[in-house]
Order: sequence, then C-alpha cells, then structure tokens
Amino acid sequence: MPTADAMRWINRKPSRVLAWVLATLPFIIVFAAYAIGSEIRLSVNPADKLLPAPSQIWETALRLLTEGDRRSGRILFWHDTAASLRRLGLGVGIAATMGLVFGMAIGLLPYMRATFATFISVLSMVPPLAILPILFIVFGLGELSKVALIVIGIGPFLIRDLWMRVTEIPTELVVKAQTLGASSWIIAMRVAGPQIMPRLLQSVRLSLGPAWLFLIASEAIAAEGGLGYRIFLVRRYLAMDVILTYVIWITLLAFLLDLLLKVLTRALFPWFGEKRA
Amino acid sequence: MSFVTVSNLRKDYGPRTIIENINVEVEEGQFISLVGASGCGKSTFLRLLLDQERPTSGTITVDGELFSGEPCQTRGIVFQRYSVFPHMTVRANIVAATAFTQGTWGWLFGNAKKQAQAEAQSTLDRIGLGHVAAQYPASLSGGMQQRLAIAQALAAKPRILLLDEPFGALDPGTKLSMHGFLEQLRVETGMTVFMVTHDLEEAFKLADRVLVFDKPKWDPDDLEKGGATITYDFDARNDGIPFQTLQENTNVFKSD
Repeated sequence: MPTADAMRWINRKPSRVLAWVLATLPFIIVFAAYAIGSEIRLSVNPADKLLPAPSQIWETALRLLTEGDRRSGRILFWHDTAASLRRLGLGVGIAATMGLVFGMAIGLLPYMRATFATFISVLSMVPPLAILPILFIVFGLGELSKVALIVIGIGPFLIRDLWMRVTEIPTELVVKAQTLGASSWIIAMRVAGPQIMPRLLQSVRLSLGPAWLFLIASEAIAAEGGLGYRIFLVRRYLAMDVILTYVIWITLLAFLLDLLLKVLTRALFPWFGEKRA
Repeated sequence: MSFVTVSNLRKDYGPRTIIENINVEVEEGQFISLVGASGCGKSTFLRLLLDQERPTSGTITVDGELFSGEPCQTRGIVFQRYSVFPHMTVRANIVAATAFTQGTWGWLFGNAKKQAQAEAQSTLDRIGLGHVAAQYPASLSGGMQQRLAIAQALAAKPRILLLDEPFGALDPGTKLSMHGFLEQLRVETGMTVFMVTHDLEEAFKLADRVLVFDKPKWDPDDLEKGGATITYDFDARNDGIPFQTLQENTNVFKSD
C-alpha cells in the first residue's frame, strides 16, 4: 500500500479542524496585512486618514451603531440599513415574481415563447446603469426609481434563467402529467411550479450580487438615506473608518442573505438536491 | 372490430423515415411486446401511440376513434426514467392521478382528499410501498420507483398502458419480481399493454404477441435509408410455447 505521502493531491483531504483553520486563514492574512499597512502609515503621519487603525474603526463602528444623530436623534446606521434593505427586498421580490411568472409562461407555452423570447433576450442586453438617468427623470428621485433599477437590472436575467430551468424539466414528467389528466394550468401549478421554486431561490442567490450593485449605485447618485448614500456622503470627508464599517456591514448582510436563502431552499424543498427520481 | 387499429403508419424526422408501412390490429386486453435493434423506431411507435407525436401519414384509432393531438387519460405511460414526480411524496404521486383531474388547481380538499389518500395508501400497501408512503421518490430503489410509476399510471385507470423499457435499468432479481407484479396487475385490470423492451426473454414471457421492428431491406450504401416496419408478429401466448412446439415437431431439438 502506498504511504500517505505518495497519494495524489486531488485525493488528500484536510481534517475537520485543519479545514476550519484553512478557512479562517485568508481572513487573518487580509486583516494582518491591513493592520501592518495601517501601522506603517500612521507611524509616519499620525493624522493619516487613508488606513485608519483597526481599533479606530472599532470605536467608530460602536459609535455608529449606538449613538443617535445630533440633529434628528435617529441612529443613522440602522436607519440606513432599513432603507436599503427595504429597497433591496422590494426590488428583488418584484424581479423574482416577474421571473417566476414570465419564466414559467415562456418556458411552458409555445405562444408566449414565440412572442417574448427574443424580446426578453434583447431587453436583458440593455445596460441597466445606462438607463438610470431615464429612471430618475421618469420616476423622480424617490424610492420608485431605485427599486425600478434593481428590477430592471436583475429581472431579465431571472426571467431567462427561470425559463431555461422550466425547459430543463424532463419532458417525461410533463407527458406523464397529461396522461393523468392535468390541464395546462394544473401542470404549471403542480408540476412545473413546484419543481422550479428551489431553482428560483438559487437564481435569486446568484442575482443578489448585482442587486446590491444597482442599489448602491442608485443610492450613491440620489437618495436621502441608505447604506450606499452614506458611503458616498462621507467620502467627501475621507472618513475611511465610516466607509469601512459600512462596507463590512454590507458584506455581512449579503453573506447572511445568501446563507438564509440556502437554508430556506434546503428546509422548504427537501426533495431538491438529492438525486433526481 | 379490433380495439387498436394502426394503418399505413409512417413517421419521418426531416428527410429520415423512421418507421413506415405499420399495420397492426390489437384486441382489447392483449399484451404486446415491441422488440428490435436500437433506433428501429420502437419508441417512436410508442410515442405515436401515446399521441405525444403525430404520424407523418397513416392513422391510429382506439375503439374506432382517432387521436385528439395530445396525450390523454386513455393511455398511461411508464418511462425508463423520470416517470414519477420527484417533488411529491410517494403517496402524493398516487393521489396526483385523482387530484390532477379536479377543479382549477389540481388539489383535493376535505373528504375527497382523505378518501384519495386512503385509497392511495391501500394501493401502496398492496404493492409493498406502504412503508415508504411519506418519503420522496429519490430515496427509493430503482425497482420501487418503477413499481410506483406503474401504480401511478394505473391509478388514472387508462385503457391502454404503454411501457418504454420500464425494467431496462433494473437488476435481474428485481426484474423478475416486477414481471410478477405486472402480470398480477394485468389479471386484475384486463388492460391492453404495449411494452418496448430489449430483453427477448422478457418479451416472450410477458406478452401475448411479440412484434419485431426491423428494416425490411438494408441499403449497403446508406444505412440510414428506408424506415423500419414490423417484420415478424409472433404468437407468444403460453410463454411462446407454440413456437417451441413447432421447433420440437421439426426435430430441431432432437438430441439423441
């Protein structure tokens, strides 16, 4: 028997503990690199604003999370978070609903496919940020234009993706449903629909990245609050400690949302992911 | 008047003719096996019988009536794979045969639901799947999945059952028990069965008639040319005993 040293690398696996250590390693390296860089810059110029010390970021974060605004008394951090999450939730929710409805219709009905397939393909090529000015002009600078940007940004992708997933449902299942007497509507509701719901959640997970991008872009340009708005506002004062706090928070939110959708997929659709019947 | 009448059936895919000159008459309650090499149009013939595809020319009638242009409850189907709904539990797969015909939404409620579930459970108990009624099909073995698929097809009470290599992926032992299962169901329901298979022993064991699909003439320059048709129509009752008796009478098997 060959010794462990002779084994191919593709067959060697880290132990549980080692895997955990390896997973945290990149984070530690990045943190250390930042801390060292910050240390070097601050030792040269204690007033340097570019790389604030981790301790300073921590203090700023605590202040942002707990202290109210001097003028309004609101804690802006949570206010911004709520505003951004509401926009994101609305935008992604509307886009996902559109994706489900149109994706199913186009995937199942040849008439819908003939009418909308090319149109959706062309529509998904429009660069969403390029039409952001149009959205601001048409919908004003309020909530609507920001939600609309997210919907326009990820809607066509979700529609196309869901329509592909519907066409991937084995023909056998659709034929079988017909031999059991199901109508088009019942096939949509009881065969195609349930089968693509977990795939919808997967697609939404993939589109969350772009959704955040569009949210922050629209908030940066015109808003009265929100995570993206705050980052671009304090940029004027080179407040790196605030910006970094917000960036870490946004990253954490995105990560948690992704995790939530993953857990939700597993909990709601226990049959999904096992080998197909 | 026969139950299923196929006359001058022909199916082309583009310039290729798959099957042509198919003429068959089948009595109600007969079990027909379809055998032949791969790509000889057996499964195409089955899809035409299912009305999943339309013939290029010729007609199929069931009980004197032409097809409507789409699959319907008269003909049940069991495929080799993907025959049951993976997102429904084993019991829900059987209940679906009742629920899918109900109302706008395809769901059963109240007493109708309870009754359908009780019936489904007794069906599952009878075919030995009662203990896995609440599981999803993915956790079942291949043989159990096919048993479920057949039970599901039969729950819609079709007059004709179409089987497309239903036992092709099963091990020999499971296959044998599935044969017993199918023969028992046939005695109970008296339905007409068409089964595509690559297993000649299986074909002769189960069927009343074995239809062989092959090309009547092979063009050596273009093997794609020409469609397959039914080249032999064997009487396979009594497990093909008449065929064997014939051989014994002609002393083919004389060993002394």
